[in-house]
Amino acid sequence: LLLFLPERSNLAGVRHILLVLSGKGGVGKSTISTELALSLRHSGKKVGILDVDLCGPSIPRMFRVQDNDVHQCDSGWVPVFADQDKSISLMSIGFLLEKPDDAVVWRGPKKNALIKQFVADVAWGDLDFLIVDTPPGTSDEHISTVEALRPYKPLGAILVTTPQAVSVGDVRRELTFCKKTGLRVLGIVENMSGFVCPHCSECTNIFSKGGGEELAKHAGVPFLGSVPLDPQLSQSLEEGRDFIQEFPKSSAFPALTHIAQQILDGALQQSS
Amino acid sequence: AEAAELRERLRSVKHTVLVLSGKGGVGKSTFSALLAHGLAADEAKQVALLDVDICGPSIPKMMGLEGEQVHQSGSGWSPVYVEENLGVMSVGFLLSSPDDAVIWRGPKKNGLIKQFLRDVDWGEIDYLIVDTPPGTSDEHLSIVQYLSAAHIDGAVIITTPQEVSLQDVRKEINFCHKVKLPIIGVVENMSGFICPKCKNESQIFPPTTGGAEKMCQNLNVSFLGKVPLDPQIGKSCDKGQSFLSEAPESPATTSYRNIIQRIQEYCDQRHFQEEKII
Repeated sequence: LLLFLPERSNLAGVRHILLVLSGKGGVGKSTISTELALSLRHSGKKVGILDVDLCGPSIPRMFRVQDNDVHQCDSGWVPVFADQDKSISLMSIGFLLEKPDDAVVWRGPKKNALIKQFVADVAWGDLDFLIVDTPPGTSDEHISTVEALRPYKPLGAILVTTPQAVSVGDVRRELTFCKKTGLRVLGIVENMSGFVCPHCSECTNIFSKGGGEELAKHAGVPFLGSVPLDPQLSQSLEEGRDFIQEFPKSSAFPALTHIAQQILDGALQQSS
Repeated sequence: AEAAELRERLRSVKHTVLVLSGKGGVGKSTFSALLAHGLAADEAKQVALLDVDICGPSIPKMMGLEGEQVHQSGSGWSPVYVEENLGVMSVGFLLSSPDDAVIWRGPKKNGLIKQFLRDVDWGEIDYLIVDTPPGTSDEHLSIVQYLSAAHIDGAVIITTPQEVSLQDVRKEINFCHKVKLPIIGVVENMSGFICPKCKNESQIFPPTTGGAEKMCQNLNVSFLGKVPLDPQIGKSCDKGQSFLSEAPESPATTSYRNIIQRIQEYCDQRHFQEEKII
């Protein structure tokens, strides 16, 4: 008789787990995961990010730790700390590659095996939040991640989209995935929602506008907010800098902090 | 025997171009759709667009074919035709509702891709364009494996200028080398935005490490060109119209057309070289 005891596992000290999903690629899942982590850290929380995008791991570079290695300890893998105070810790296949340009050309079964390890074998210690950043789609990585996390009762999922119909079309399918796998949807974020020209302040809806909000309404899930396109944000991410600290006057800042606040409120509700 | 079956079916395909990227959301499907429209502008050419993004099929919407269904005949599955000389196939046509999710693991996805190649009655085609999902996994391995029965002219790799995209695209270039897939070249999409009001340029996705051009120089891969951001592109895709027809004066249209021409020239050259060998 084999008893599974979640209390003894590496996730025992993690208070809340949330997934960042999208049916669509390139909408800003890793960006939102990173900014959410930074926001929560600024609210005094300890945050971990688990990057289960095995083919295109973006998280290490966003914290400027892409050259770090992963070490082992008695309980498993030690996550990589993004800062001196160890308030943000990371795990990604990016840290396990010999060369950064090495392609991970794996079929499903091998990806599934690593994801199970990532979920069970990272010694996170005590965390307020574990954010799980995912690749686009509804396939091996997503099925395996949700299955492996199920015993730990995740808080839920944030779905990221850009405003235009082509993105929303894929995110609708991701909503179905959540429904079918019993994953609670915390809400939808509409990213890249309008661009304010830094020269003349004219706002152009480069990727259209409103699709995310409409989808949230149509699907009956909370709309967490619209985040505008901000080249300062892109620049920060490229250079692994703390956007939340550096650009509190940016147009993206209020939206990102508002999303983090709603997550905090939701987590508080779940705890009580 | 399976390989022979595929070879037989794909014998009538003159040129095959794969559209790849390590990174999601850089414009693969947009580019595939416009490449198909661009090549099909010559009514004498027969063009086929195959969408092997099983989880996130964008092609039906972009080609204005949402809601269409696939019909079977004695000779196999019929592609859905946008024009007489432009046929399309996607898992999107097999789904009955826009909310339907294809929650499949690798092996099942591979099975469908094989069916797409074996059972679709394309007829005689000049160009088969294959749109792919982001990554270097099942779909990519399978399409290269199954199409080896025919012959792939090469891959067009799409990226955006910033390093977070380039780092994934370098992996894709490595993938191509690993599976011996020739690279036609790299396209840098979303390369700069000109404000419609003040006409100043902003780099929304800044090329902090030199952009695609520098990466191509470093990796000795052909750079096909840059395409700027134009809000009309997204709109046309959402409406299912060809951006090239809707905005013929846009600088983005000029860029796309130049790149399409270079791809055509590449394919014609290879054809010529092979005929010489024979």
